[in-house]
Amino acid sequence: MNTELKFLSAGNQSLVTELGNTINNEINQNIRALTYSIEKNNIDGVIELIPSYRSIMINFDPLKLCILDLKKTISELYLNLKSIDLPEPKTIEIPTLYGGKQGPDLEFVAKNSKLTVEEVISIHSNNIYPIFMIGFTPGFPYLKGLDQRLSTPRLKTPRISIPEGSVGIAENQTGIYPIKSPGGWQIIGRTPIKLFSPNKLNPFIFNIGDNLKFTILSNEKEFYEIEEKINLSKENSI
Amino acid sequence: MNEETFEIIDGGLLTTVQDTGRYGYQKFGVPNSGGMDLQALKSANILLNNPIDSACLEITIIGPKIKFLKKTFISITGANISPKLNNKDIPMWQSIKISEGDVLEFKELIDGVRGYIGFMGGINVEKVMGSRSTYIPGNIGGFEGRKLQAGDILKSFCNNHINDMHLRKYKPLLYGHQHEIRIILGPQNDYFSAESISTLLNSEYKISLESDRMGYRLDGPVIKHIHTADIISDGSPNGSIQIPGDGIPIILLSDRGTTGGYTKIATVISTDLSKLGQALPGDIIKFKVITFEEADKLTISEREVLKSYEEFANKDEDKIFNIMIDGELIESNYTSEKIYSTKEKLPSPIISNSINLKTKIPKSGHEFDFKLEYSRKKLIDENKLN
Repeated sequence: MNTELKFLSAGNQSLVTELGNTINNEINQNIRALTYSIEKNNIDGVIELIPSYRSIMINFDPLKLCILDLKKTISELYLNLKSIDLPEPKTIEIPTLYGGKQGPDLEFVAKNSKLTVEEVISIHSNNIYPIFMIGFTPGFPYLKGLDQRLSTPRLKTPRISIPEGSVGIAENQTGIYPIKSPGGWQIIGRTPIKLFSPNKLNPFIFNIGDNLKFTILSNEKEFYEIEEKINLSKENSI
Repeated sequence: MNEETFEIIDGGLLTTVQDTGRYGYQKFGVPNSGGMDLQALKSANILLNNPIDSACLEITIIGPKIKFLKKTFISITGANISPKLNNKDIPMWQSIKISEGDVLEFKELIDGVRGYIGFMGGINVEKVMGSRSTYIPGNIGGFEGRKLQAGDILKSFCNNHINDMHLRKYKPLLYGHQHEIRIILGPQNDYFSAESISTLLNSEYKISLESDRMGYRLDGPVIKHIHTADIISDGSPNGSIQIPGDGIPIILLSDRGTTGGYTKIATVISTDLSKLGQALPGDIIKFKVITFEEADKLTISEREVLKSYEEFANKDEDKIFNIMIDGELIESNYTSEKIYSTKEKLPSPIISNSINLKTKIPKSGHEFDFKLEYSRKKLIDENKLN
């Protein structure tokens, strides 16, 4: 049985619908399904959806759509959620070069976790991480499923610039920086995969609900080979 | 046509290419961006008969200096930054004829914050994810994803009717330094006591210097939370008033992050976002709660204002011509995109048909060949005839 749907007012051109107030798999699956269902219905006047951990913000044109009608439509779609034919989530491989100059904090994470560097790499690359939300910067995935043994506090002083593709850990989260940005996460490695390519046909390689799987690159040569291949390709992953 | 139209001699404080915004990519973390005062941006386009969402220059407080490389038409709306063409004052809110070599510059700020310069046909930069708007933090859109600087050369979409353009005028808007901003409570108003909400509604807030296209931080009484300022991150509506742990309100605007983890006490209604776009640091804001019904009325009247501008802009004698169908005279308007009739009478007994027609615009002498497709509902009497 689905939890009850809750609507939150958000001005006259956005409506927030909340499916719960915790972060868990079931709620996030429902978010993914309802987002898919609303998008599939092409409701006239709906401009875009912003799904997050446990809610969806629906931006609409108030001249085309009455908020009461919108609430009614969303409630009906939610009741019929179980009957929709939801596509299987994709699992996207993120080849990662751990440690060295691409992962300057790997040794600190190992020390903090009382593990060896090899154990950290093995634990981090063994899990499959579902994407619960995308936000913060273009293409930044909020991932669930970091092994609690790897949980490490943020840097005391954030770095001014972290290169795009850097893989990091902050508390019990792991993530990837899609664009060069300042940040305080512990950087354990870097991927040559481009999470955000604004000028390519598909600027992003994943959607909310997809899974990420980190794989291990053994040396810089492999890293640069993949990077070059991606730069030459119309697509942005391998 | 796609020619170099103007060169930046001096970029001013913050001059960017903006259109009505980038939609459909917020779910991937890409902000809407777009003009901070969309009413003024759309008006600049209407003045030139451009599609309403064409790209303009958004200029901020200190205007740029621009040299034109070809003849064209421009319009200037929004903030009054004392525009001058070849050192002479020029009016705002109307279309202006430009010759090759003309120099446009701006002097002191009189009113508002952001001016819009429209170019006939609209600025031609590559669309990125469906929009020409510049988003500087992500280095995307506009001209190389950045603000304009000396030496930049930009193109615009050309329009063949350059000699047919008529000057058009609107009544200029004035912005001032006191702004009543209408809001709807939510999404997280239940994180605040009635007393805190009353503080928000009954206090004056001053726009602080920490204000930009992402949002305005306000100076004024602190808003206290009942328990916590933190929520599970969710979507950030345009115009939402975020209250972080320190209780200092921040209004989130065009370049805001798509999601955030702080409570949002209320959201500014769509029609008042343009007002905020013209509010200067130091200006005073007073919030007023309204209902959805009132917000709907304001949205409709805003659309009516833009529509009346469009109708006014279309009152161009050269663009009115008459066509005759079966002896029936139909006055029609020509725009760059469509031909439409101002009368709906169609010849009987035809229910739907198309005719190839030729027409001539009286003043300019332009001739058009076109196909008129028309249809109407069947009348009961005609059903009987069948």
